[in-house]
Amino acid sequence: MIKFLKGNDAIVLGALYAGSDVYFGYPITPASEIAHAAAEWYPQVGKTFLQAQCETAAISMLYGAACTGKPAITATSGPGMSLMQEGLSYMAAAELPGVIVNIMRSGPGLGNIFPEQSDYNQAVKGGGHGNYKCLVLAPGGVQEMCDLTIKAFELSFKYRTPAIILADGLLGQMMESITIPDEVCTIPDTSDWAVQGTAETRGNLITSIYMNAEVQEKRNLELKAKYKTMKKDSLCECYCCDDADLILAAYGISSRIARSAVDLLRAEGIKVGLFRPITLSPFPVEKLCEVTLDRKVLVVEHSDSQFCDDIRIHISKEGKRYQELSIIFHMGGVIITVDELIQKVKSELGC
Amino acid sequence: MAQIKTTGMYKSFPRSGSDTKTSHYCAGCGHGIVHKLIAEALFDLELQDETIIFNPVGCSVFGYYYLDAGHISAAHGRSPSAATGIARTLKDRTIICYQGDGDLGAIGLNSTLQAANRGEHIAVIFINNATYGMTGGQMAPTTLAGMKTRTTPFGRDPLTDGYPLHVCEMINELKAPVYIERVSVADTRRIMKARKAVRKALKIQKENRGYAFVEIIAPCPIGLKSTPLETARFCMEEMEAEFPLVCLRDNSADQPLLPTPKKIVSVKDFFENSGTDLGISTAVPDESFKELRMKFSGYGGQGVLSLGLWLAEAARIDRRFTTWFPSYGPEQRGGAASCAVVVSGRTVGSPDADHPDLLVAMNQVAYERFIGDVLPGGFAFVDLTVPINVEPRAGVRLISVPALKLAEEFGITQSANTVILAAISAFGVSNLSRESLLSSLDAGFRKKPELAIKNKKLFVKAETWIKDQWKSSEVRECESAEIAASEDTAHGTGRGIC
Repeated sequence: MIKFLKGNDAIVLGALYAGSDVYFGYPITPASEIAHAAAEWYPQVGKTFLQAQCETAAISMLYGAACTGKPAITATSGPGMSLMQEGLSYMAAAELPGVIVNIMRSGPGLGNIFPEQSDYNQAVKGGGHGNYKCLVLAPGGVQEMCDLTIKAFELSFKYRTPAIILADGLLGQMMESITIPDEVCTIPDTSDWAVQGTAETRGNLITSIYMNAEVQEKRNLELKAKYKTMKKDSLCECYCCDDADLILAAYGISSRIARSAVDLLRAEGIKVGLFRPITLSPFPVEKLCEVTLDRKVLVVEHSDSQFCDDIRIHISKEGKRYQELSIIFHMGGVIITVDELIQKVKSELGC
Repeated sequence: MAQIKTTGMYKSFPRSGSDTKTSHYCAGCGHGIVHKLIAEALFDLELQDETIIFNPVGCSVFGYYYLDAGHISAAHGRSPSAATGIARTLKDRTIICYQGDGDLGAIGLNSTLQAANRGEHIAVIFINNATYGMTGGQMAPTTLAGMKTRTTPFGRDPLTDGYPLHVCEMINELKAPVYIERVSVADTRRIMKARKAVRKALKIQKENRGYAFVEIIAPCPIGLKSTPLETARFCMEEMEAEFPLVCLRDNSADQPLLPTPKKIVSVKDFFENSGTDLGISTAVPDESFKELRMKFSGYGGQGVLSLGLWLAEAARIDRRFTTWFPSYGPEQRGGAASCAVVVSGRTVGSPDADHPDLLVAMNQVAYERFIGDVLPGGFAFVDLTVPINVEPRAGVRLISVPALKLAEEFGITQSANTVILAAISAFGVSNLSRESLLSSLDAGFRKKPELAIKNKKLFVKAETWIKDQWKSSEVRECESAEIAASEDTAHGTGRGIC
């Protein structure tokens, strides 16, 4: 079945099809429609919606629900995401599943409500205190706002670590046709670790305190090993990359602009491709190295080189090489135009 | 006098690999007593299997070594919020938030008050010892005036450090809580009263009656750099002078308020049978279709966002790929509204229309803001009331339509957007079929079918009118030089005729 939905609404639809039981959140532009849709839809299908008093409370409520092994979700934007970092660190430390949606807006500080991608580092590098990683999924359209929300729950329960949907104001606000899922997912049995207030789970404990340095380090190493195994679930899209002279690297809304540029440049006979990571953590490193090998790379992002620097690190850590790497970016809510990008590609290729 | 039984606790407390039977609390500390009161109540009320205890940050962070129930460590001050997360996810559980004065009254005060105000089904056990015991004896929100602590080395001065915080009294200002009492464990008589309070708070949970709050004044000799006996005296005299032992509320005998049961449908039924879809199929790739980027702009209330949605809907009916992207937030509420619609024969890349092929501008501000962006060969539809004082680029066709006036004459003043839709249809500039443009109104007014009928009538009438008015004259190519010179005639073809 096809529906024409806002990206923000598609998140809630995806969450319900993922089997989510509860939504906790605090309104913030440009993510508020997620709370609106959840407030309207969750109760009608027998699920719970609760407006928290702040994002710190919302993530704590998510933590509580996650402790019971039930699928819970929250959504916010920049300033709210900063407040949620405490809870994210605790969830990652206690190995709890849950989905956190960040509809990125411009920052730092209050900034404005227009789209940006400047929470990239915060999302993929941990963000809160301590050594940890979240799963980070970056939708490229409204269909993926739904599908990746479902995927986020699946991976979050598989690896027992929080999953972040990293989208932006443009993706959240835009509407597109989507095919809605056929079935509602079932959530795995979590009674072996969850605290559910039952005889079976009475002896279970969820904590993240380790008073002994060696024990804490062992714990850190266990988490590190777990994060390594997540690599096999990395996802990406390569569009027109096979014969490309230049690869555009972009995720989220930037990838949509890049895709338009690829189409228009190809129509002029200029061979350009698009590499679009769908999971930013784990990053699809292997495919990145493959498509960028000895090629020119142009990173398209709405942040100050956060994504570009990460691409350099990924390629360098693998000991691979690209021919040249350059960047086109805007910040503050200014969106890169397709024309601008086309001119930049042409100047990079000297045509 | 009743004797407190050692039930509901683990047989031994295996901290740091040892199998000790003593607790980690200091001599004279109140935590051990309160643990025992909770454990005994959980056992006697047969609650252990359904109980979830939140352990705070502070000395009692290790409560899970002692109390035989399910346990969770919460971040500092967050227990009532995390407990809310559970109370709203699982029904019929007993949830205990065991919190100290810093956790509950300082960093977590908002979490405390909001959970109380919502009447969460939780029992909050608040240990008030007037100091931060674990971190080395700093000032707590309940530290008494004049008391010396590590962070008030000259004594707490209310002028700079504020007054001792009365949390019970604050919570008593709220409507939802069922039970609020302040007790003490400074001597045996007080412990017996505290025992009753703890049991009542847990019984309220067992019976699903709602929020219970028990403040317990508890000695912390180490934190206060004192002896157990002296600290007990301090609790009973100085603390009670500031924090009187009192039951502020007990509605536990009242009939609890229950939510009204609501009709529930399955997720599948909800989304598949919600009756809001026109049964539209997936888009079909068509490389021959020329991608069209459109911008709709005006004041909020002029229906420009809806107009964009109708175009997108028409594109979907024609099985084209389409996106709709609105201006949003305060910008929209402040007056200016705009949206971009892209219609394509393949997956749409950018959903923005920074250089549109088609612009609709319903007011002067919108016209001036966007007209320069319209690509040569493109169209700009403006309301007749908009003064044309900025030149479009060469090759842009500018069409003035008395949309607001026509809509008003037809009796639906809000429907200037329908007139513009008719104009887009009349000029055949959207590459979308007339039938689909007309049907898009059914989708647009799916919740108000009578308005769909009215607007479809207006569409047909406006379309005919526009075709008639423009039949004799060609669409004017608005070359820049012409504009100033033809102020009277530029839109004369249609102006004032209807």
